Amino acid sequence: MKAAPFEYSRPADIDEACALLAADDGARVIAGGQTLVPMMAMRLARPTRLIDIARIAELSYIRDDGDMLSFGSGTRQCLMERDTLVRTRLPLMACAIPHIGHAATRARGTIGGSLAHADPAAELALVAVTLDATLHYKTKDESGELPARDFFIGPTITALPMGACLSAVRFPVWQGKVGVGFHEVNARASDFAFASAAAQVELADDGTAKRIAIAVGAIADVPLRLDAAEAQLTGTTLSPEAVREAVRAALADIETVADLHASAEYRRRVAATLAARAVADARAHALGGRHAR
Amino acid sequence: MHVKLSVNGQAHALDVEPRTTLLDTLRDTLKLTGAHAGCEHGVCGACTVLVDGVAVRSCLMFAPQAEGSTITTVEGVTPGPGELSPIQDAFCETHGMQCGYCTPAMVLVAHALLADNPAPTREEIVEAISGNICRCTGYAQIVEAIALAAERLRGSNRPVGA
Amino acid sequence: MSETSRFTFVSTQRRVREDRRFVVGKGNFVADIDVPNMKHVALVTCPYPAARIKSIDKNAALAMAGVHYVLDGAELAQGTLPLMTGLDTPNVPRRPLAVDIARYAGEWVVAVVADSRALAEDAADAVRIDYEKLPFVLDAEMAMEKDSVLVHQAHGSNVLLDKTFTWGEVDKDFAAAPRHLKLRVKWGRSSTVPIETFGVVTSWDPWREILDVWASIQMPRYNDQIGSALKVPVSSVRVHYDVDVGGSYGVKRGIKHTVLCGYLSRRLGFPVRLIEDRLENMRGGDAHGPERLFDVEAAYGDDGVIHSMKMRALENVGAYAGRSPFQLGKPVGAIVGPYRIKSVQYRAVAVVTNKTTQEAVRGFGQSPTNVAIERVVDEVANTLGLDPMDVRRRNLIRTEDFPYTIPSGTTYDSGDYLALIDKVLAHTSYEELKKKRDALRAQGMLAGIGIAAALEPSGGNATFEALLNPNVTTSTFMDSCRIAVDGLGSITATMHTTSSGQGHETLVGTVIGEVLGLDPELVRVVRPDSLNSLPSGTPVGSRMAIMLGGAAFEAAQKLKTKLTAIGAHDLGIPPERAVYERGEVYDRNAPDKRIKWADLVQIAHRNYHRMPPDMEPGLAVSHVMQVPTGGKLPTADGRVQMYPCTSFEFHMILVTIDPALGRPEIALYRIGHDCGTVINPKIVRGMTMGGIAHGIGAALYEEFAYDPEGQMIAQSFMDYLLPSSHEVPPVEIIHQVTPSPNTVLGQKGSGESGYLGAPAAIANAVNDALKPLGISINTLPLRASVLGDMIAEATAKKAS
Repeated sequence: MKAAPFEYSRPADIDEACALLAADDGARVIAGGQTLVPMMAMRLARPTRLIDIARIAELSYIRDDGDMLSFGSGTRQCLMERDTLVRTRLPLMACAIPHIGHAATRARGTIGGSLAHADPAAELALVAVTLDATLHYKTKDESGELPARDFFIGPTITALPMGACLSAVRFPVWQGKVGVGFHEVNARASDFAFASAAAQVELADDGTAKRIAIAVGAIADVPLRLDAAEAQLTGTTLSPEAVREAVRAALADIETVADLHASAEYRRRVAATLAARAVADARAHALGGRHAR
Repeated sequence: MHVKLSVNGQAHALDVEPRTTLLDTLRDTLKLTGAHAGCEHGVCGACTVLVDGVAVRSCLMFAPQAEGSTITTVEGVTPGPGELSPIQDAFCETHGMQCGYCTPAMVLVAHALLADNPAPTREEIVEAISGNICRCTGYAQIVEAIALAAERLRGSNRPVGA
Repeated sequence: MSETSRFTFVSTQRRVREDRRFVVGKGNFVADIDVPNMKHVALVTCPYPAARIKSIDKNAALAMAGVHYVLDGAELAQGTLPLMTGLDTPNVPRRPLAVDIARYAGEWVVAVVADSRALAEDAADAVRIDYEKLPFVLDAEMAMEKDSVLVHQAHGSNVLLDKTFTWGEVDKDFAAAPRHLKLRVKWGRSSTVPIETFGVVTSWDPWREILDVWASIQMPRYNDQIGSALKVPVSSVRVHYDVDVGGSYGVKRGIKHTVLCGYLSRRLGFPVRLIEDRLENMRGGDAHGPERLFDVEAAYGDDGVIHSMKMRALENVGAYAGRSPFQLGKPVGAIVGPYRIKSVQYRAVAVVTNKTTQEAVRGFGQSPTNVAIERVVDEVANTLGLDPMDVRRRNLIRTEDFPYTIPSGTTYDSGDYLALIDKVLAHTSYEELKKKRDALRAQGMLAGIGIAAALEPSGGNATFEALLNPNVTTSTFMDSCRIAVDGLGSITATMHTTSSGQGHETLVGTVIGEVLGLDPELVRVVRPDSLNSLPSGTPVGSRMAIMLGGAAFEAAQKLKTKLTAIGAHDLGIPPERAVYERGEVYDRNAPDKRIKWADLVQIAHRNYHRMPPDMEPGLAVSHVMQVPTGGKLPTADGRVQMYPCTSFEFHMILVTIDPALGRPEIALYRIGHDCGTVINPKIVRGMTMGGIAHGIGAALYEEFAYDPEGQMIAQSFMDYLLPSSHEVPPVEIIHQVTPSPNTVLGQKGSGESGYLGAPAAIANAVNDALKPLGISINTLPLRASVLGDMIAEATAKKAS
C-alpha cells in the first residue's frame, strides 16, 4: 500500500500555494493529511503534486474577533482541543473535537483539512453547519467565502472553486445564556458516526428558546440543519415531547443513506433521538449545567 | 528530495522520494525497525512515533512533511544496550504484550501520556491507547503496565523516606 | 494440593523472557529481515468474484525502470504442483496465482517483482488484464443447491464435504423426549486479523541447492508443503524459526505466498520478499475464518435435561480449501460441550463459494460450535421458563463423572465445572446481578445477563483429518525438545517452530528449570532452522503447554537421569541410591557425599574414564513427544479420541442496550477459568483476556461482509472493526486448577481461552436483554443497527 508517485511543494504562503494549485490540475493541498494519505496509500487518490500548507504560519491561528471566532485553515485539531477560547466561546466545538478520530490523528489533522474533505460524518462539518460558519478561500486570482450550508454539496464534494485553498473558517459566537449538546453513535468509540447531532440554544430570561440551531450528520450526503424543527421550537420551553416531535417531523422526509454498518431507517430514527438528546443537553447546559462530553 | 530530520537525537540529511512515508523512511532508510507497519491507512497505530514529542501515525506522514522535525522512536526511549526505561520495564513486569508487534507503539504512547499526565486514571490510559490496536492482550495488562509505570515514576521523584 | 508447595518455578509470577526484546522494538519480525539484493513483490488481483482471464498484457509493466519480472498463473502452474489440501479434492486445485479462472474478488492473478514495493505497485497498476465476467455464488445454502453456479466446474458440485455421524441412539432419544426445539445460528465470516500481515522472504542458493525461508508463519508441515509444491526435497528447504510472528491465532498459513516467492527466487536468482499490505491481506491473504450456519435440534425433558442433539454445520469455505474444512472436524471432540448429552447426530458440510479462501482460526471451529450449543441451552431454559443457570447445572458433567466419554468417542480428562461456577457466583452473586439487570430494565434500558459454559479441547492432535478424510492415516502430532549442556555447564534448549506471542521460550525455560531445580533464566532457549530441527506440530490446537512443555519436561528428565547415573557411578553407589537435586547428585545414605554440577559436566564432557560404561559422552538429550491419549484412528462410525485435555471456562456477563440506539455495552464481565496447572500465570491471563477481546469482536463488530455483487465491503480497518481499548471492559478472572491426569505437570491448554465462550455469553446476554420485547437474534456479529431496527419494530408492535 504505497502511494503513486507525486511531486511535493512546500509554499511559503497561501498565495504561492494558490499559484502552485493553479499551475497543475492534478495538484492537491495537503495539511494534516490524515484523510488524504490513506486514500493515496490505497491509490484511491493520485495527486500529481502535493502542496503542503502545514508549515504556513499565517494559516495557523485561533483568533477572537468579538462576535466571531476565527481559525486559520491549517490550525491543528489538537490545538483547538486544548484552546481556552474554543472552550469558552465555542463550547459546541469543544464537545465535538474529542470525537474526531484519535489523539494521534488530531495531532496532525487540521480544521480546514477536515472541512475540505467533506465527509458527511465529520464532526467539524456538522459543527460548521450548525453554527453557520463561513469558509474563506483563496485562489490564484481571487478571494471568496462560502457559508457552511452552501459549502457541502455531497459526500467529499464541496462548492470550493477549482484551484482554491481554504484560508480561514469563522464561527459566529453566540452571546447570552447559551448551551450546547453533541451526540453521536458508532460501532466503536472512535469510528465514523452512523448518526450524529449537534444543538446550540440561547435561552431567554423566561427559559424559552430565544435562538436554536440543530443539525444532524452522517445520515445523508451532507450535514443537515433541521430548519423546520428550529422554527417550531424557537420561543418554546423545549419540552421533551415538543423537541422529539419537531426533530422527528423534520427528519421524516429526508433521504438517509444505508451501508454495511447501519440501515437508512436506523440512521433516520437514531438521528432524531440524538438530536432530541442534543437539544435537551443544550437546554440543561444553558440553564447552568455543564455540557456533556 | 532532500529531507532533514532529527531522529533520536541524531541529525539526518536524507534523499527520499516524496511518496516515502515517515514510517518507511525510519524502517528502510534509517534501519529503525521498532516502528511497525500494521495497516498503512492510519487505523491500527502500530507505526506510532513521537514527532516533536507528540504521538502520531508515521504511516500517515510523507517524509517531506516531517522536514525539520524531531522524531523519537522506541529505539530513542531505550536508555542503552540491555537497559529498559521504567515504562518498558513495567510492560515486562505486567506482561503487557504477547506477540510484541504493537508494543513499541504502545510504549511510545505511554511515554507521551506520562510526560503530560504523571497520574493518569484508568479511563485516561484507556483513552490514550485507544488509537492503538492490540490483537493479543485485550489491553488489560497494557493498562496495568502504564499504571504501574506511572506509579513507579511518581515514586522515583519522591524524596527517600517520604 | 497447593500449587505453590508443589512447584518451584511453575505457576509462579515470573516474567516472560521474550518481552525484553519486544519492548525495545528488537523483535525479529519478517519485515525486519533484510537480505542483500532482495527484490519486492506486489500482486495484481481480480476485481470480480468470478472471471475468465482472457489475456494478460505485461509489456507496460515490464518496460518500467526497476521492474524485474511479471509472473502469471500459467507459468507458475507449470513450475509447481498445487498446494496440499486436507480433503481429497483433486478437481479443486489450489494455487498461488489463478490459472484461467479467478474465483473471488481479490484473488491473486499476477505477481510483479521490482526493486521496491512502491515500484512493484506502480508496475502492478500497469498490468492490463482482460477478463470475461462469469456467474458466481456467494451464499453457502445457494451453493448447495443442485442448479447452483459451480465454483469449480470439474468438481461437479460445490460440496467439498458432506458427512453425517450418528453417535448413540439419536432417533430413540428424540422419540422418548417430551420436548424438542430447533434453532438456527449464524456465525459471520470473521477471523483473527493479526496486526502484522503475513510476510515471507525467500532466497535460493543454486550452489548449495537450499531455499532459505523467513516467514511470519504458523503452519503445520510448512516445510513439507513448500518442498512438495516446488518439487524439491524438503531437505532443500530451510525455514528459519527464529522469526518473531506478529500475531497469528491460527491464520498465518502463508503457503501460497511462500510457494510463489520460492518459485520466483529460484527462477530469478535473487531473494524476493512479499509482505502483504492490508488490502492484499484482507482480500486475498490467509485472512478469513469460519462462516458457519448451524441448524440445531435438541430433545429434552420438562426438567431441562437435554438428552440428544442434532446439529448440521454448514461451512462456507470460500473459493478454495487447504485445511479449513477440518474446522468442522475438531469440534467433534467436544460436540456436547460440558454437558451430559447422551446422543448426537452431526452433519458436517463444507461448500465452496466465490468468496475469499478461509484458513484456520483460533479454536478451529470450536467457538462457533459453542455459540450454537450455548444458545440451545438458553432456549431450552426459555421454553420451560427455567433459569439458564439451573438448566446448566442440571446438564453439566459432574466431577465424579470423570474421566467422561462423550458420544463421539473422546474422553474428557478432568474437570470440576460446578465448583468453578460456584466460585464465580461466590465472587459475584447471580441474584444480585439479576437485581441489577431488573433495575436497569425498570429505568427503561434493555439489559441482559449472559452465561456460557465452554470447553477448550487442548493438546491438539490431527485426528480430525482421518475423521473427515478416510484416506488420511495420521495418528500422531509430535513436538520435540533437545537439551544440551555445554562444556562449561551452560544449558541450551531448542524448540522447533516459530511463535506468535505465546511465550514458548519462557515455557521451555520454566519447565526445564523446574525439572532440573535450576533457575529457568539459566536455560537458554533457541530455535534452530528446520534443517536442524526435530519434529514440531507447530503452535496450533492449544497444544504447546502440553506438547512442547511435555517434550521439554521429558527431555529434562532424561538429562536428570543421565546426570544421576554419572553421579552414582562416580560416587560408587547404585543409581537408585543417588539423588539429583538442584544440579547436584548426592548419596541418599550419606548426603555429604555429593558431586557438584561443574564436576558432572566435567565428567560428561572430558572424563570418559569416569563415566558409567557404555554411556554416550556429553550431555545432549532430546525427546520427541507423542500426543497423550493419541495414536488411534477413528472407528468406522466415526468415534475417536480427539484432544487429550479439556480446559473449562464459565462466562457471566451483563450487557446493556440503550433501546433507542441498539448498541450493546458490556457492563460487567466475569470469567471462571480452569486450564489445570498454570505454567506461567501472566501468560495464561493474557491469553484469556485477549481471547475475550477477540470474542467480543466476533460477537459484536467483525465481519468480512460482501455486497450482492461479490465485492468485499469490509476490506480495510475502516470497516472491519477490531475492538479497541474502549470496547474491552475490565474483566475479572476467577481461577481454578483441576490438573489433567494426561500431562506431565497437570497442565491443559489456554491458547484459545476466553474466545471459546465470549461470543456465546454475549449472544446469550443480548438475547436476554431482548427477551422482554419478545424477540431474539442468532446472527453474529450482533450489529447495533440491526439490533436497533429490531428493537424499534418490536416496540412499535407492542405499542399498537
